[in-house]
Amino acid sequence: MQQWLDDLIAGTAWLQALPTGLVYTIGILVACKLILLFSSLLAGEVVWLERRVSGRMQARIGPNRVGPQGLLQFLADGVKLLSKEDVIPATADRPVFVLAPILVYLGAFAAFCVIPFGYGLVAADMNVGLFLVLAITSIEVVGVIMAGWASNSKWAVLGAMREVAQMISYELPLGLSALAIALLAGTLNLTDIALQQEGWLWNWYVFRGPFAFAAFFLFFTAALASLKRAPFDLPEAESELVAGFHTEYTGFRFAIFFLAEYSAMILFSMLAAVLFLGGWSPGFPVDLTGPAARWIGFGILFAKTAFLLFVMIWVRWSLPRFRIDKVMYLCYKVLLPLSVVCVLGLSLQVLLGEVLWGDQSAFGRWLMGLGVHGGIR
Amino acid sequence: MSPVPLLALPGAPSLAAVGLGPYLVVGAALFSAGLVTVLARRNAVAILIGIELMLNAANLNLVAFDRFGPGLVRGQVFALFVLVIAAAEAAVALAIVLNVFDSRDRVDVDQVRSLKG
Amino acid sequence: MSALALAAVGPAALPIPDLTPHLPGIVFGGLAGVSVLGAIGAATAPRIVHAAFCLLAALFGVAGLYFLLGADFVALGQVIVYVGGILVLLVFGVLLTGRTQVVLGQEGPRRPTGAILAGAAVFLGLLLAIGGTRWPAQPRPADPTPTTAPIGRAFLDPDQFLVPFEVASVLLLAALVGAAYLARRRREP
Repeated sequence: MQQWLDDLIAGTAWLQALPTGLVYTIGILVACKLILLFSSLLAGEVVWLERRVSGRMQARIGPNRVGPQGLLQFLADGVKLLSKEDVIPATADRPVFVLAPILVYLGAFAAFCVIPFGYGLVAADMNVGLFLVLAITSIEVVGVIMAGWASNSKWAVLGAMREVAQMISYELPLGLSALAIALLAGTLNLTDIALQQEGWLWNWYVFRGPFAFAAFFLFFTAALASLKRAPFDLPEAESELVAGFHTEYTGFRFAIFFLAEYSAMILFSMLAAVLFLGGWSPGFPVDLTGPAARWIGFGILFAKTAFLLFVMIWVRWSLPRFRIDKVMYLCYKVLLPLSVVCVLGLSLQVLLGEVLWGDQSAFGRWLMGLGVHGGIR
Repeated sequence: MSPVPLLALPGAPSLAAVGLGPYLVVGAALFSAGLVTVLARRNAVAILIGIELMLNAANLNLVAFDRFGPGLVRGQVFALFVLVIAAAEAAVALAIVLNVFDSRDRVDVDQVRSLKG
Repeated sequence: MSALALAAVGPAALPIPDLTPHLPGIVFGGLAGVSVLGAIGAATAPRIVHAAFCLLAALFGVAGLYFLLGADFVALGQVIVYVGGILVLLVFGVLLTGRTQVVLGQEGPRRPTGAILAGAAVFLGLLLAIGGTRWPAQPRPADPTPTTAPIGRAFLDPDQFLVPFEVASVLLLAALVGAAYLARRRREP
């Protein structure tokens, strides 16, 4: 991003005449706008995907009227939601009620600025990128509890309480399984993590030993839960809680919650693809860092993200909902210990691999090969 | 493309260039606001909010001193320790507040005079 | 892409004031304003939930100031621990303890004048102390190295912070067990 701006300024005469700070500020704002636009459009399309896939799974057709194959359905939905009356309940706490969707939106969208969409296609290539994603998404929790409290409705408060408890709990296995990859990579920079997985398929972090393999599934499960996706959608259980924390929200504010939910899905799918599934690596050695080739890399990463999104939708329409105590049981007594084991095992693997073979993932590959061999036999 | 640490504008001073003093003034303001909160409020949870403000003020000073100091990351390390202690303190304090509320139906610190639960 | 945006601004001949040297001051002023206003709001808001949400603004402002100081790891630690953890705990505390009070979540100040006087006195004293000390005027030249690795080494170096680090982890464990024990449901009345 900064490289781009510097090159642009160096190459354009009239930009050099402008104050550098102004050019930078406008450049950053435009980049934010572009990312926001892209991820909102994508979120809209994921809503369409969800409806089409669920339709197919239930032997229906799903939306196919607006645009080719119904691709523009989200525009129609958006117009419908925008034209609805914007109701704020009389007993609601107005400033908090208005602020809550903004915080949720911020939590879902701001983290995209450190996600590398391809080599160099990243708004802010930060050293602490992975940590930033985890931190920013935790802001969403506050927005949720604000929405629930400000609505002054029992459904909203109960839903918010459940949701916050669930999101905070599942942040632990989520963070620990991401930490396992940070251990392997030795960095929190997402571009570097993706670069380290270039080359053949077995360079992907998910295939670097049994612990990394397990960490991927732990990460994905915990992500599903902290996204409140079925089978963990207790906070929004329609049959129990009407609609959870956004029961009292209508029109545009409801649309914001809705979009934030789907863009968080995209965020975590993309993060999982970058962390575990090789980022933009197609699974064989090819250089995708050139100025044109990075867009091919973007396409590959996008395909992986789309696949993970499809899996999320697939799971939602296949599995029944958990009971709330089972959700907590799964988090604290299953996922959390397993992810601690993963972190310990991976640090052991890195240590042993470096001591014995001089290559941190050699030991992991050997273990993995043993496992595959045993599996085949 | 090498990762940039933070936004470093060519032609602009480093973002920490406002000097140490303003950071300390902000820290002092946060600390005083926290102190007022602790002294003026009766609700135990509100007093916790004031304590968090005061801890934040101290943390801000630690990180600022670290930036303008000899260049080790000690200030930041101490800030992280304070974070850890703040988390532990908030968890235990809230558990105590909930217990007090369970047994007395109030959380006003002025009216809770007996240690017997 | 910024060429597009600038085309709307106009050609280079326009006399645009160059604010670049003042940018740190502007950013600092904004963040400091957010954190101080948030802190004042937390001290004065009549409802405790509002005070908690004002605390949120103050926490964000302070996290931004950490970023300005080049402490990105501490800034994100602040967001993840305070915003994602402590603040949510506080709001939970308010929600769980507010139900039997006559006015939900409302309370009067205890002795506001005395408290404000004390706060002002402390603030003035601190200002005098800050003004009376000679500080190094400029930060050391910006170090581009990321802070995460040095922090990690400092934590695990036996000559530096290994022992406090381990003690802190024991403290966290003790707090976890203690909080869980205190907050458990009582079997007998």
